[in-house]
Amino acid sequence: MGKKILMKGNEAIGEAAIRAGCLNYFAYPITPQSEVAEYLSKRMPEVGGVFLQGESEVAVGYMLFGASAAGARVFTTSSSPGVSLMSEAISYIAGAQCPCVFVNIIRGGPGLGGILPSQGDYFQSVKGGGHGDYRMLVMAPASVQEAVEMMMMAFPLAEKYRNPVMILGDGLIGQMMEPVEFPDDLRTEPTDKDAWATNGMETRGSDKRNLVKSLYLDPEMLNNHNLHLKAKYDQMRREEVRYEPFNLDGDYRMLVISYGTMSRVCKTAVENLKAEGLEVGMIRPQTLFPFPEEEIREAAGKESCKSVISIEMSMGQMVEDVERCVRGRRPVTWYGKCGGEVPTPEEIMQVIKERIDG
Amino acid sequence: MGKTFKKPEALTDAHTHYCPGCTHGVIHRLVAEVIDELGIRGRTVGIAPVGCAVLAYNYFNCDFQEAAHGRAPAMATGIKRVRPDLMVFTYQGDGDLASIGMGEIIHAANRGEKFTTIFVNNAVYGMTGGQMAPTTMPGQRTTTSPMGRNVADVGMPVQMAELLSTLKTPGYITRQSVIKPRYITRAKKAIKRAFEYQMAGKCFSMVEVVSTCPTNWGMTPVEAVKWAEDTLLSYYQLGEFKTPEQEG
Repeated sequence: MGKKILMKGNEAIGEAAIRAGCLNYFAYPITPQSEVAEYLSKRMPEVGGVFLQGESEVAVGYMLFGASAAGARVFTTSSSPGVSLMSEAISYIAGAQCPCVFVNIIRGGPGLGGILPSQGDYFQSVKGGGHGDYRMLVMAPASVQEAVEMMMMAFPLAEKYRNPVMILGDGLIGQMMEPVEFPDDLRTEPTDKDAWATNGMETRGSDKRNLVKSLYLDPEMLNNHNLHLKAKYDQMRREEVRYEPFNLDGDYRMLVISYGTMSRVCKTAVENLKAEGLEVGMIRPQTLFPFPEEEIREAAGKESCKSVISIEMSMGQMVEDVERCVRGRRPVTWYGKCGGEVPTPEEIMQVIKERIDG
Repeated sequence: MGKTFKKPEALTDAHTHYCPGCTHGVIHRLVAEVIDELGIRGRTVGIAPVGCAVLAYNYFNCDFQEAAHGRAPAMATGIKRVRPDLMVFTYQGDGDLASIGMGEIIHAANRGEKFTTIFVNNAVYGMTGGQMAPTTMPGQRTTTSPMGRNVADVGMPVQMAELLSTLKTPGYITRQSVIKPRYITRAKKAIKRAFEYQMAGKCFSMVEVVSTCPTNWGMTPVEAVKWAEDTLLSYYQLGEFKTPEQEG
């Protein structure tokens, strides 16, 4: 571990990528994450890396595709409307099986929405914002420190699966200043990409050319390609689920599911309720895809648990996955706000008290 | 006795899917000959467009990426920025480059990205079945301009070489053709020059190639050559529009 320093989330995310061994960054400015580009426009030249401000998020998505297909570690950061524009490229990148890292510091939507924090891009990130059958591995940090660690984990994961990985933060994660450390042990070397990357035949000392493409005109080949992609997503479901359990040991009467910034408020609410003598359990998904399905199903099934609530800064997106996991065994409700205001602990405590027995 | 004429190494043995009278085959060969002559096949990456040349990666014998419609210049930018030592070319048609990919090509050219674009202009969308392109001539009938292109409604055809040559960033911008042997010789020289500028790390380069599409023009290959020469070449004039030696 290095020493602890105080950093703004957006800058810490940029620094974490460099510490992780990624020296290639392409981006287009958009609030509330433009500080990443500002920070890296200074830092990348210092470390001999690549910084380029593209002409649009559409182009930036393909700059990542080209660079990644040529064998480089590469990432970008954006916010909701920008990620919509990148979603075309994300679909191609997933189809062509290239490792890239995308950071979405979510702002309120739809449309231009607002510039304040939101979790309204859950569906876009987890269910596929672009066309076709693809998934991204999606990680949702709840602190600047966790954003740093997830950034550093994102590159080897993207390479392990040859698939885009998304770090899904919200405006607060990007704008907040917190003490951070950059763990040295999360620095990784890029994997050998000679088997597939278009890095030049001379580079890999081969006579065989490599093709990076997503086109399969033959129906059987396309089906097989999709089966291969599905096998990777199934492997993620088996191997990459990450979550934080909170207060699950006792006889809790309600189970809260919440992620990112929202989960920190929920944690405070759960602690306050515990002090009042009311037991509430909580699961914080750290990966949104793959989703901690078994863990939520099991925790919701505990005899003492009468109801489940999904608390999110959206109009009810993750709640659909929670319902899917609970399978009707307990009543599942949603609570949230998505104008940019984060619900307070008092508000959450009130809602929990009202709904605690289903 | 040795062979005096053979297929370039930079082409595969695959039979192309192009229509009779199409010029893609000729242009592929010119690019491949240049790659061979410069000895760069082992460090060349091509980028295929969406359009008739979407399967170009089956015909070129070097590393290849396949882009989304119009995005090849952004992908080429990504490659060149992380691997400036690789030789990168995009191969794009007029729907791809001059319509949906207009933003990407202009900004790549304006940044002076050091890759080469081969821009095949045949005044029509080919693969999707002959729809109107930004380069379709006034009055030209297509499947989406059945009465002929009405310039009062959709404007005049875009002249990409002229447009890109207005940028102040140094570049090599030229328009050539391959519809007759004398044009082919000049086109090859231009393609070679474009690749040489890239090799020297000098500038962005684009060779626009005025071509035919007998199938979608509803003509025989011979008629298509005549129509291209009479109609296209008077509007899309051949020549060098910009060289990096020129003052911006």
